Amino acid sequence: MTDAAPAIELKGISKSFGPVQANKDISIRVMPGTIHGIIGENGAGKSTLMSILYGFYKADAGEIFISGQKTAIPDSQAAIAAGIGMVFQHFKLVENFTVLENVVLGAEDSGLLRPSLARARRELKSLAEEYELNVDPDALIEEVGVGMQQRVEILKALYRKADILILDEPTGVLTPAEADHLFRILENLKREGKTIILITHKLREIMEITDTVSVMRRGEMTATVKTSETSPPELAELMVGRKVLLRVDKAPAQIGRKILEVKDLNVTDDKGVHRVKGVSFDVHAGEILGIAGVAGNGQSELLEVLGGYEKGTGTILVNGEEIDLTGAKSDGQSRRARGISHVPEDRQREGLIMDFHAWENTAFGYHHDAEYQRSKLFMNNAAIYKDTEEKMARFDVRPPDPNLEAKSFSGGNQQKIVLAREIEQNPDLLLIGQPTRGVDIGAIEFIHQQIVALRDQGKAILLVSVELEEILSLSDRIAVMFDGKIMGERMPQETDEKELGLLMAGMSGEAA
Amino acid sequence: MDVMPKWADVILIPLISILLAAILSALVILAIGENPWEALKLMVDGALGSTYGWGYTLYYATNFIFTGLAVSIAFHARMFNIGGEGQALIGGLGVAIICLFIPWPHWSLALLGATIGAAIFGAAWAAIPAFLQAKRGSHIVITTIMFNFIAAAVLNYFLIGALKAPGMEPATPKFPEATHLPSFQDMFNFGETTFFRGAPANITFFVALAACVALWALIWKTRLGYEIRSFGHSETAAKYAGISPTKIIMVAMLISGALAGMMAINNVQGEAERLVLNAVEGAGFIGIAVALMGRSHPFGVLLAALLFGFLYQGGAELALWTSIPRELIIVIQALVILFTGALDNMVRMPLERLFLSMRRAKQ
Repeated sequence: MTDAAPAIELKGISKSFGPVQANKDISIRVMPGTIHGIIGENGAGKSTLMSILYGFYKADAGEIFISGQKTAIPDSQAAIAAGIGMVFQHFKLVENFTVLENVVLGAEDSGLLRPSLARARRELKSLAEEYELNVDPDALIEEVGVGMQQRVEILKALYRKADILILDEPTGVLTPAEADHLFRILENLKREGKTIILITHKLREIMEITDTVSVMRRGEMTATVKTSETSPPELAELMVGRKVLLRVDKAPAQIGRKILEVKDLNVTDDKGVHRVKGVSFDVHAGEILGIAGVAGNGQSELLEVLGGYEKGTGTILVNGEEIDLTGAKSDGQSRRARGISHVPEDRQREGLIMDFHAWENTAFGYHHDAEYQRSKLFMNNAAIYKDTEEKMARFDVRPPDPNLEAKSFSGGNQQKIVLAREIEQNPDLLLIGQPTRGVDIGAIEFIHQQIVALRDQGKAILLVSVELEEILSLSDRIAVMFDGKIMGERMPQETDEKELGLLMAGMSGEAA
Repeated sequence: MDVMPKWADVILIPLISILLAAILSALVILAIGENPWEALKLMVDGALGSTYGWGYTLYYATNFIFTGLAVSIAFHARMFNIGGEGQALIGGLGVAIICLFIPWPHWSLALLGATIGAAIFGAAWAAIPAFLQAKRGSHIVITTIMFNFIAAAVLNYFLIGALKAPGMEPATPKFPEATHLPSFQDMFNFGETTFFRGAPANITFFVALAACVALWALIWKTRLGYEIRSFGHSETAAKYAGISPTKIIMVAMLISGALAGMMAINNVQGEAERLVLNAVEGAGFIGIAVALMGRSHPFGVLLAALLFGFLYQGGAELALWTSIPRELIIVIQALVILFTGALDNMVRMPLERLFLSMRRAKQ
């Protein structure tokens, strides 16, 4: 280990944004030909550190060594020249270009495109054979799946002669099978001597593929350990700074009467795409029905129709009464009146108004409630404020200041504000989408406990999540959606990630 | 966490912007061979040095309060109502019809009637673009601009046709005596000393102040205001909460159009006492600058309207007493708009950095 120079060595990197210290005196050595994981909660400073390495940010202090050479990286061009390639969480591809054009874009050999494209085509072919990186060079990006889009991003980096590849949360949009494929590619790359840095918040991936793992917490590097010498509970503790429960403790479900009944629901979005195709299911009191699936397979639209802000056709019964799916009165207000609360998938765009104070957000969606009115015309802002203070105390929102704007809270605390608002309405049915997306581990534990507590009060809960682990640990019953259809229902104790993964990839329920 | 304290955002930034605009204006005045200091003195003296000057400044400010509020309420619903000019013109038509064809017994009733008429006419003119936006997705900026031209043509049609007074001029007859509003000269007449002699400021100024308070309460204290602000900040979130986009677009634009229309009680009923061509004189567009500078807050709009009232009146004096051409006054006004509205970030960024380093030094 000491004979070769590290592929990347960072010494004393510090970076602050205003009063926030995103990176504090970080030093790290990444050895060549290894897969090095960087794990940490949201806001721990992982992305900032990688952005410094890729030349997006300038560090306030510290030095970067590439293969033992001190290197300045003022911009991404310099990073590429130093052999660093980056695959972002959100792909940077031109949708209406072909795969080949995207690979060449910005790395053309000359003003004439044709020779570049021809060379790229040859190179792509050899790369594909070498690393299992198969893509169709002539397909348009908008027409290929996310798995291939990601491979194109990796190819882009390799085409630019990257020896060091940084992947930021690469599996967020992939099915388990696609993730396995990606990991095989990474293994191949490692075998060829490439160095890989994998940024993630998923412990499982770290354990599965990395050789070494560095843990970040609040801008600091808290530990770097060999993966073979650590365990998920230890890593979680290093990330959060205290012991955490990775599994939810819950009593067996006490299933009651049928609360929600969905029959042959179809949803077509604004662009005319058929998103939900004849979906039927029930949710009972005292039960959590988990809907698993890769993002974009109709789960969002399903929630939106149930929540009242998209139109659909079919039948939905709540407490045995049919609800209006298309009329002018079919909106979020009408659903709330029926005892449906909704924690939406995207709290920043839907669940909260980020520029509003916390107290204003507490009334959001319930701003017609009698307790929040002073008169027919005026709202009782003082009552809302007081209610917010109480909710913040009960849900441990930090800091407990109703006057702070929603955007000033961390992801976990934003989610607690939404959760407090929706749960405390005492709904019959709670719709909850991606409850812990972008939420730190400490808050995940709390949120999961709240959901289970609501179930134990005899409420029906419809949980949509792309995190299989979450689905498996919370649900009393699991339905898997693929391409707008429910592929099958499973009981969590009788299935595993592998089987669900196949269903998520569209293998039929019987075959799986 | 906010980078700057609130007072810096609300007071310091506009002040610095105005100062920069003033410095640049001074350089321009210097360049054409006039003395900027003298010019400034002349402007201050002309606009604020006498009750006569104040009478004009407040008159202009009243116009700008109405149009500024109109743009502000639309901003809160994230809509850019550029049609204040046209809505004010049509509001004037409403005022003219109400004053000419209804035999009012007393000016107070006439004021009430004209206010309602102006609001309804202005709102109706805003309703069409609002409907097209809400139902058809036609961009409100485009449609409201086009409606300014249509409004001017409509006014033309009436002023050379149905409403035309005998004679050469395309204007309505003088409104009846009973509809004439008390001017500041009438209101502040204490025997020997008469204030505001000959100035056009009138009781409408107080209507404008009331409109500021009413709009403030609407935006921050009522459920409707809550819904408008929600929609303005995030349409997706508003949909989630069950707030109807169509309703908010329509209501916000109707209020906006009504406020712009209400400007007509100041310039048409209060000052001219008849309706003439081009009665609005660009106040609808100044309202955009006023709203930008006032951060869409009714009290900010009040202050910004006073500033622009000062610039208008001071500028007129400047043109009267110096060789500085009238066009240059517009340049100065444009500089103020440019710095307070468009170049906001130019002042904001360095200031934010300054506050940051101050805070870090303290730690």
